[in-house]
Amino acid sequence: MGTELLVNLSYVAAAVLFIFGLKMLGSPATARKGNLVSAVGMFIAVVVTLLDQSIIDYKWIAVGIAVGGIIGAVVARSVAMTSMPEMVALFNGFGGIASLLVGWAALYGMDASTFQMITIVLSILIGGITFTGSLIAYGKLSERMPGRPLVFAGQRFFNIALIIAIIACSVLFAMNPDVSLYLYLVIGLSCLLGVMLVIPIGGADMPVVISLLNSYSGLAACAAGFAINNIILIVAGSLVGASGIILTQIMCKAMNRSLSNVLFSGFSAVAGGGGAAKIEGEAKAMSADDAYYVLEAASSVVIVPGYGMAVAQAQHVVKELQEILEKNGAEVVYAIHPVAGRMPGHMNVLLAEADVSYDLLLEMDAVNPRMETFDVAIVIGANDVVNPAAREMEGSPIYGMPVINVDMARNVFVMKRSMASGFAGIDNPLFFKENTRMLFGDAKEMLSNIIKAFS
Amino acid sequence: MEIVFLAFILMLSIFLGFELINKVPATLHTPLMSGSNAISGITLVGALTSAGAEHTQLATILGTAAVAFATINVIGGYMVTDRMLAMFKKKEDA
Repeated sequence: MGTELLVNLSYVAAAVLFIFGLKMLGSPATARKGNLVSAVGMFIAVVVTLLDQSIIDYKWIAVGIAVGGIIGAVVARSVAMTSMPEMVALFNGFGGIASLLVGWAALYGMDASTFQMITIVLSILIGGITFTGSLIAYGKLSERMPGRPLVFAGQRFFNIALIIAIIACSVLFAMNPDVSLYLYLVIGLSCLLGVMLVIPIGGADMPVVISLLNSYSGLAACAAGFAINNIILIVAGSLVGASGIILTQIMCKAMNRSLSNVLFSGFSAVAGGGGAAKIEGEAKAMSADDAYYVLEAASSVVIVPGYGMAVAQAQHVVKELQEILEKNGAEVVYAIHPVAGRMPGHMNVLLAEADVSYDLLLEMDAVNPRMETFDVAIVIGANDVVNPAAREMEGSPIYGMPVINVDMARNVFVMKRSMASGFAGIDNPLFFKENTRMLFGDAKEMLSNIIKAFS
Repeated sequence: MEIVFLAFILMLSIFLGFELINKVPATLHTPLMSGSNAISGITLVGALTSAGAEHTQLATILGTAAVAFATINVIGGYMVTDRMLAMFKKKEDA
């Protein structure tokens, strides 16, 4: 009784530390300390669990911790900031498989009640979906597999059949825990469902998918907590689950789409086909030297980065340009769209890596009202998030999506590799506007050329 | 009764989570995600009991694998979050 009380009181302490840690993540000034506080909470929870009397053999625990610790530490230290989205996706997946395994292992060594059987099945189910879904997201983000939506005829029908099969097997297994066949079916089918749910989703919708999988990894831990009757798993898991859901909501709102539209619109893409109005006009190209003359005279500049900046790894050159412009007497700020890049906050991390002060990174709503006051807006590898069609063209697929209104600045420079349309596959009227100039080429090279012109 | 008790805890933590995360600014969304990912590695606590309890050989194998995956999540998640947050600076501190 003594140890059990100690263990449970320590779990309360760990929960308090998690909560404080998350609270401190609310401001960049305290965030790093907050992460540490939360890590201390985790450390306490793990150490007191090791005191548990039902643990007889520490040998395999040591092996697991050593293997996992080394892999985790090496990956965390070596991953490039541009690869952060795929790494987070992969870690989400590991959280999912861990919950699946814990749920599975909980079947042995206790006589599970029906309620526990249900929670065990849930943790296997959510864990499996999270695991394979995250692996697919990882594949898409790291470009090991095509980022475009993968769809086939009858996909919707197949998925519905799959879900029915999973429910049937889950019920059968919860009623007959001794029949392992049902267990293997539940594991296999939920892993398949994870794959099926993510393959029809395209690269630019990944911010939503990662947030959702993040939420699932928390919910899986939560279900595992119910399965093994462990309160700290329930508390920590639901904190993470709630956090992922909020991020998912923010991402969907930023695209003016519902979650189901993001998750299932890949299917209708096969049948559909754009009938949107063709945009007339000619894009005007511009050289780095001409860009220099305009920037040299500019007194306020807003930089709008997108996924293209991450691909070109251009964040350091961007910062260089910022410094030169500031030395030249101009005010430079950044406008970050919530879904710019491949995960929530992707651009902010890249610019932080390049040592850009975080108070210069403005949210869309802070920049738009004063857009007219900027002499130059530089769009680096962003497309859909600055598309004025979202505001002006009612027939456009992205109509109604909140965008950064760069076209209202006095001059707009768009850095782009070619005239190809963005992920959404829609033309961007911005390119044909009177005040827009296109700088075709690699963003990094283009920026270096402009910087050279300054010196 | 136990189920009701656990359900209460679940409900309260979800509401608390919503309140806490709503206050996190957009600029910190990536670290928030990797940090909360590390917290979801709490499954490690459950995995430890499975790996060490010597119920059956299969349970030990499953538990050990779960310990390894969850540890990657915990160690990797906290370390990478720390690495990212260390880069968030205001110009005055630089």
